[in-house]
Amino acid sequence: MAKLTIAREVCKGCGLCADVCPKKLLALSGEINSRGYHPIAIAEQEQCIGCAFCARMCPDAVITVEK
Amino acid sequence: MGQKMLMKGNEAIAEAAIQAGCRFFFGYPITPQNQIPEYMSKRLPKVEGGCFLQAESEVSAINMVYGAAGAGARVMTSSSSPGISLKQEGISYIVGAELPCVIVNMVRGGPGLGSIQPAQSDYYQATRGGGHGDYRMIVLAPSSVQEAVELTQNAFDLADKYRNPVLVLGDGLIGQMMEPVEMPEYKKPELPEKTWAATGWKPGCGRDRAIINSLYIDPSVLEKHVNHLYEKYAAMEQAECRWQEEMTEDAEYVMVAYGTTARIARSAMRKLREQGIKAGLIRPITLWPFPAEPIAKAAKHAKAFLTVEMSMGQMIDDVKLAVNGEKPVHFFGRTGGIVPTVREIITEVEKLAKEGC
Amino acid sequence: MAIVYEKTKLLTDKPLHYCPGCTHGIIHRLVAEALDELGIQDKTIGVAPVGCAVFAYDYFNCDMMEAAHGRAPAVATGCKRVNPNNIVFTYQGDGDLASIGAAEITHAAARGENITVIFVNNAIYGMTGGQMAPTTLPGQVTTTSPYGRDVNHCGYPIRMSEMLATLDGPAYIARVSVHDVKAIMDAKKKIRKAFEMQIAGKGFSMIEVLSTCPTNWGLTPQEALKWLQENMIPQYPLGVKKEVE
Repeated sequence: MAKLTIAREVCKGCGLCADVCPKKLLALSGEINSRGYHPIAIAEQEQCIGCAFCARMCPDAVITVEK
Repeated sequence: MGQKMLMKGNEAIAEAAIQAGCRFFFGYPITPQNQIPEYMSKRLPKVEGGCFLQAESEVSAINMVYGAAGAGARVMTSSSSPGISLKQEGISYIVGAELPCVIVNMVRGGPGLGSIQPAQSDYYQATRGGGHGDYRMIVLAPSSVQEAVELTQNAFDLADKYRNPVLVLGDGLIGQMMEPVEMPEYKKPELPEKTWAATGWKPGCGRDRAIINSLYIDPSVLEKHVNHLYEKYAAMEQAECRWQEEMTEDAEYVMVAYGTTARIARSAMRKLREQGIKAGLIRPITLWPFPAEPIAKAAKHAKAFLTVEMSMGQMIDDVKLAVNGEKPVHFFGRTGGIVPTVREIITEVEKLAKEGC
Repeated sequence: MAIVYEKTKLLTDKPLHYCPGCTHGIIHRLVAEALDELGIQDKTIGVAPVGCAVFAYDYFNCDMMEAAHGRAPAVATGCKRVNPNNIVFTYQGDGDLASIGAAEITHAAARGENITVIFVNNAIYGMTGGQMAPTTLPGQVTTTSPYGRDVNHCGYPIRMSEMLATLDGPAYIARVSVHDVKAIMDAKKKIRKAFEMQIAGKGFSMIEVLSTCPTNWGLTPQEALKWLQENMIPQYPLGVKKEVE
């Protein structure tokens, strides 16, 4: 069981994290943050294996991973 | 005062800088200032904490100065006219980032590669900032080797006091000439601590993170920053203006000259006095801030002014501003590396006296 | 639960100004993580360039200097010579390092200046709007090579790492990329190694990082990573170019 925390306001919605997720759990959310971007969101938190690929790929240090 | 020594202007400046605590020198060879880096390369490695480094260009040298000044050191560079042109970018950044340093320009004839002989044709560049943007620098113009020593030491203190570069403006003659000189015992005045320097930081270390920077992307913030710089320049104008007056009290013909030219004008003045012509001399020591006050005062009783320069006439603009139309301001100059003679200056003043203006 | 990954304290809280998907942010993070892991925050002075990374002084949580275009290695030299115990790094783009600052980087390397250079190569001038860089690929379209870079007219891209590796001064030079997680892990390792070389007093170290510019390449962030991999890596082979014992 792992947990992702996403700094939604800092996310620019580039989606690079989504591409590297081995479980394909990440996708842009339909919401818009205060800077006008669709931030990334995790669909099924319980499926996350805590590999932190997403966090390592993120250009904006948006993601914190706990396990 | 120490022992009297016979020293070349360039070497005396270098030694004076070391005595004043300058431990870092970055430069690039160019005539006629080479004895400064040469002397530094010999002496600095023998001084504790001293470092001389020959840069790959004047551009690099001034940016090494930026880095060293930003780290809190007393640092100097020197060059001559074409090299000083190359340094202008860095000087502008140093001013913008409010870093103290000393720059020596042993001026040679220009424009372009010009000549290697003495000139004063960098006056505009020196006193109007030189690089891009709104700024000024204190410009110190020695007219003897002894004065070069004293002004170089003052330059470091003034730079630290105002967090602004200070320019020592000599010419090929001041740099190459040998004169007896006494190295004064340097006493560092009380100066603010360099708490702004980038020396390593971590949270809770007692100061803010140091950011040495001249970029202010928001125009209103940049305007505020430039206004702050100009408050410093106003303070410099108040406190740092220096000049020497000779026989101006009753002078009818007042010469204005600085550096090497002032020495020749002084000889001319003495000869003119012997001939019964009431000549006087005002010698600006700081070219910026410019000593307008004694010139305006002399304009009350003088018949005319003669500005003497080794250029086509640059300081004359400042003299005219100071005289403010009260009296005629004439010019005599030689350029391209030619030093005016005493005879030439006497002839000019005689002409004025004959014409009565 | 234990933290597996979190943003390093060596980055400030200021959000990065880079375009979405620009890999500058990854490189910032790797540098900051290396400094953090080595425990040298209190000794480190960074020198920011002119170009997209001009505001790097707002992001690295250590003492910083902002240099004129191309002059960062000279500024770093002055800084390092004053306090040799400081760890001094520059962060420069391709226009800054390989064009206007070609002299400064070459001579800092030749002197074996004990500094670390992070060289971000994205084959274009980003900040000024996508003009041709010294590292722009042959045929690559930019705003000042609208018909594609014609090597007969304006010459060939420069491989800075290979060029500087021919000098005797440098201690460690490597080219890395950040196009996927594996490459990022490798980049991190080599960036850390470069700082370790400086700490050990070995001399000049430089890590060239191939980076993307989705905005000026006219690609999505995903396409940009692919373009980097397919076009830049063949021109700029990854690997260690120089390493002294």
